[in-house]
Order: sequence, then C-alpha cells, then structure tokens
Amino acid sequence: MKGLVRGSAAIVGAAESDIGAVAALMSPIDLMAQGISRALADAGLTLKDVDGVFCATSQARTSAMTLVEYLGLPNVYTDSTIVGGSSFEIHVAHAQAALAAGLCTVAVVAYGSTQRTVGRRASSAREFNPYETPYRPFLPATAYAMAANRHMHEYGTTREQMAEVAVAARGWALLNPVAWEKKPLSIDDVLNARKISDPFTVRDICLVTDGGGAIVMTTADRARAMGKPPVFVLGCGQSITHASITSMPDLTHTGAIEAGRQAYAMAGMKASDMKVLALYDAFTINTILFLEDLGFCPKGEGGRFVENGHIGPKGGLAVNTNGGGLSYCHPGMYGLFLLIEAVRQIRGECGARQVAGADTAIVHGNGGVLSAQATVILGSAAAL
Amino acid sequence: MAQATTSPLAAYNEHLKRGELGYQFSPSLNRAVFYPRVIAPVTGADDLEWRISKGLGTVHATTVVHPQQGASYNVCLVDVDEGFRMMSRVEDVPPTDVKIGMRVKFRVFMPPGDKDRDEDPYPVFAPVEGT
Repeated sequence: MKGLVRGSAAIVGAAESDIGAVAALMSPIDLMAQGISRALADAGLTLKDVDGVFCATSQARTSAMTLVEYLGLPNVYTDSTIVGGSSFEIHVAHAQAALAAGLCTVAVVAYGSTQRTVGRRASSAREFNPYETPYRPFLPATAYAMAANRHMHEYGTTREQMAEVAVAARGWALLNPVAWEKKPLSIDDVLNARKISDPFTVRDICLVTDGGGAIVMTTADRARAMGKPPVFVLGCGQSITHASITSMPDLTHTGAIEAGRQAYAMAGMKASDMKVLALYDAFTINTILFLEDLGFCPKGEGGRFVENGHIGPKGGLAVNTNGGGLSYCHPGMYGLFLLIEAVRQIRGECGARQVAGADTAIVHGNGGVLSAQATVILGSAAAL
Repeated sequence: MAQATTSPLAAYNEHLKRGELGYQFSPSLNRAVFYPRVIAPVTGADDLEWRISKGLGTVHATTVVHPQQGASYNVCLVDVDEGFRMMSRVEDVPPTDVKIGMRVKFRVFMPPGDKDRDEDPYPVFAPVEGT
C-alpha cells in the first residue's frame, strides 16, 4: 500500500476470545475485551501500554466509542473502519500507518460477535436496497452463489471441486482443538447437504458461531525487544470494487488481484514465497477465487488446483490451517482470525497443524459480497 | 448544483409506474449508469440523462434460492442491452430452467396486497419467445 514501509510494524500478540458458543448474555464488547486481555498477555504487555484502539463489529454502531469506554482509555487513537470481514486486514494497514506517524505506539485490533447466540439477522441487519431487496436474495449466499455460477460457466469448475475446499478445511479443523467442527466431512456430505442458494449447500457456507479476538501491534524496534518473536508486516493492499453484487465489475475476477498486487509489491515478494495462506473462506468459491487472484494458479484453474486434497493437511499447499470459516469459527466478520492463525504459524505455535518452515504468510480478507478485498503479508525476522 | 426536485429512486419509480425501465446515461463516461445516481461515477460529472430501455437483456448469472419455508425461487443478474446490469428474476419458467445466456424481456411487477401501503413496482423479466 502506498506510503507504508515494509517491516516497519509487527504483530506481537494474538489471541481468540471465547469462541464457538459463548456464555449467555456475553456482549460483543465483552469478547473484544477478553481478546485484548489475552493478546496483551501473549505480548507481555498490559492495558496501560495501549494507546491505539482499532475495532469493528456488526453489533455496535459506534464500536470504538463503546470499547474505549469499556476499557477506560479516553485518550487513545481510534479507528473503527468497517467494510465487512476484511476490516481487520485494513486495520493492520491503518495501524501500521498510525505507528509510523507516531499517532500511537501500541495498537490493539479487536473483534467480537455473539452472532450464534443472538441470531444472524439480529447480529447483522441487512440494509434495504431498493434495487435488490424486492427479489429476496438470501444475502450474502445468493451473491456468492452467482459468482460461483459464473465460474462454473466460464471455466468448467464443478460442484465436486468446490466441495474439495470444504473437505480440506474440515481436514485442517480436525487438527485444531478449538475448531467448531469435530467430525470428518466427505465430498458427498457436501453435495448432499441442504440446498441454500444454487450451487451451494449449507456445507459450502461458513459456520454461524460466536467469537472474537485481538492482535497487538507495535513498531518494529519495540517489537524486537519483546518476549516472543515478532511477526512483521511486510505488505498491505486493498481494493473495494463494489458494495452490492450487481455492481461487481466481473464476477470471476475479484479485487484480490489489485490488493494482492499492492501487498506483493510492498513486500517485494510473490506468491511462491508464501509458506502459509489464510484466505477468507466464507464460501467454498472464495478459496478458489483467491488462489487464482493472488497468483497461486492461473485464472480459471482454481477448481482443478484444489482437487485431490491439494489444499488439505496432506496436500501441497497449506491453506486455512485453522479449519477456516468453513469449519473452525465464523462469527460474521472472520478477518481477525486469519491474522491470528498466520501469527501462530509464523511463530511455530500450531502443534499438529504446524507447517514446517512457516516464515511467511499471506492473509487475505474479504468483506461484503466479494466487495472489500484486503491483503496482508506477514513474515518472521528471517523473512525481512 | 441546484437543489434537487426529485431523487434518483423517485424518478426510477415514476418510470416504472408508466411501464418503463428507466436508466441513466452519462456522456462524460460514455456509458449507461445503473443504479440511478445524482452524479456520474468516476467522472463526477453532473451529466446524467434519463433514457428508456427497450427492455431486452441476457441472463448473466443465476441462482435458485431454497428458503427453509416456502417454494424455491430465482434470483439473477440481467445484462440489459443498453449496457447496464441489474438484479432481477425471470418469471414464467421454473427457477431451475433459468440459464446464463437466456434472452429475456422486461415487464413491471406490481407487488400484490394492500393498495394503501403504496408499494413500489419493480422490474422482472420473462424469457423471450422463440429463443
């Protein structure tokens, strides 16, 4: 991203709040605070060190204000940019800019959602769109379904190939003790599940869970003096191509092409340099689109690329090693969890699902209906 | 820019009430603009002209929505011949029969029910006969 300097900031703490199904009457801000407390402990810092607060949730219109009140931090720098699930990847870029400008020295990026407890409709009310709402699209699924329909039409992508994405995610989830899903999944299970919006069944679609978390960011110099190995921000990029699916310029080419281009340029890296991929898998087609658009395979080849478990635990490319939004956790805006997993992989903290030599990771957030695309490239000191 | 006397949506709805599919064209952009706006995107020009579509288009993408209760139904994106895309549905055929590339023609759908509620009409499409 223009104006940001490769490696000038680092992530020094990362943690989930309670996830899955949280205690009754827990609020989204409670979960943000829980995530912040755990991420600060992970970083060896305390709340007194925090002078930058970045956050987003669909359940609080003024989340930065509410969170600052909750934390008792009236004079911190704040940013509650909200563009859907990729908000947190954009917060990383904004926090890096704020740290570089001296607007803050320790930033937390936080998220919380009680979507499972309160229901999807209550947690994220749809705005009335006079040009779409009358047709009763089941959003966001219907929008992604039409992108999948085009991908199948243009490139011959099959239902089985999309199901491979869900099966791979489930394979990884079975290696993650905190993943929501605990049972194996087959391609037939995906194809025969309840239909939602063709071509998707319920198994092509992310989970509906509660959850939240936080990461802690600081300047590279300060990060080097801290307890755990810093995870440096090497590249950032974003592109917001549309808001509603009707206005998407091309249903099979996402803003990830531009977001990725910016992030790779800033990092001085390319797809083949990435050891771990964290791609926002709200729907099975997402993973296929982002593998193509971020340069891991040619456009149109994503379906064939994921065949035979290629992105699963025994495959050739480590994609969504926590089990993804499809099988680990998806409280509505999943982007923060991509960052947490990438940090843990680079630190080597992932146990049974650890990828050997994971010193770089590409994190790709997606918001809206393939609308707000944001990429972050992270790396260890060895990758600097 | 003088104070507006009508909104883009109100103008669009007025066309529909007359049985017309209205859309905007921007000379500075040299293309159709949809949904209707107060200024042209990209150029920012105050040059949007209302035009009437011939109402013919092609299905660009389609899905069948399966609600937990009630019948399945079509939702699609239609590329209208004048160069704009809109969300709609194709009627008169089962939702599973709506396919990419299908030629379709516009008509106005008037939501049924209470006339006092004054619900706005909206455009739907049906297959063009013989294609």
